[in-house]
Amino acid sequence: MKFKNKIKIKVNGKNVIFDKNTSVGTLIKKLKIPLNKVAIELNKKILNKNKINKTKLDNNDNIEIVHFIGGG
Amino acid sequence: MKEKDLLKIANKKLNSRLIVGTGKYKNMAECAKAIKISGAEMVTVAVRRVNIVDKNKPLLMDYIDPKKIIYLPNTAGCFNSIEALRTLRLAREIGGWKLVKLEVLGDKKNLLPDMIETLKSTEVLTKEGFEVMVYCNDDPLMAKRLENAGASAIMPLAAPIGSGLGIQNKTNIKIIRQQTKLPLIIDAGLGTASDASIAMEMGCDGVLINTAIAKAKKPYDMAEAMKYAVIAGRKSFLSGRIKKNIYGNASSPKKGLI
Repeated sequence: MKFKNKIKIKVNGKNVIFDKNTSVGTLIKKLKIPLNKVAIELNKKILNKNKINKTKLDNNDNIEIVHFIGGG
Repeated sequence: MKEKDLLKIANKKLNSRLIVGTGKYKNMAECAKAIKISGAEMVTVAVRRVNIVDKNKPLLMDYIDPKKIIYLPNTAGCFNSIEALRTLRLAREIGGWKLVKLEVLGDKKNLLPDMIETLKSTEVLTKEGFEVMVYCNDDPLMAKRLENAGASAIMPLAAPIGSGLGIQNKTNIKIIRQQTKLPLIIDAGLGTASDASIAMEMGCDGVLINTAIAKAKKPYDMAEAMKYAVIAGRKSFLSGRIKKNIYGNASSPKKGLI
């Protein structure tokens, strides 16, 4: 990383740069995602939505945020 | 009072025996209106990534209220047990959905189910407390295995997904009907209203339809046609049809003939 106080993470397959010590909760807020309509996975493990504010992101973390869409 | 003829799946009781998919519509408004017209009380939904770039994209839940319509999360697009389990665990996490539709496909061209992966997934999911409605082949032996694994509903295909061919193997569907007391729902391959009626007349408990409505030239009219086809087929099944006979049997009495 070029900046010591930054981390690079992947959100839904896209690279995103964030400040160190950013929580998953902050990430969700910044992306303006309605928490009650999604599920979150951190490095392939489901992250309980009650724990997102306590969970800090690390460099190279992989976040998946999913919701329901139309399907058969 | 006459008991209402309800479709019971796990702990859910439905007035409508038509379950519809929410895919392939032009937009969400069209999908929501078609569902309303169809009278369906349960709809299948898929689990996909949130679009983090275009945040103004409309959300399914804004159009179809999960408090009014039962969401049945599916595993469409999953080709093995690991993907299917991951998808349904996420679906449960979104809002506590325990009743789910399992669908593990085995071939990208014919979209037929991989029954070995499907059976494996059913075993794991039921142990984890899921209530699993299982999309499966029209194979009575596999249907029995799914039942033994704790499935909440058996959902054999009529024909490949989206093919619109109607029930291809009536004999197998009849055998499955006779061997199981679980809800039996024909899922995939129905094309038109009479296909739905035939499934219901054979004693199936319900049908699951997506493409036949969403891709009809007039989806709203087809949604209505399917609604009545399912009602007609169910009533016909419960009414006890007449025996088939190759000779005629006059409807008017001979007595008093001039």
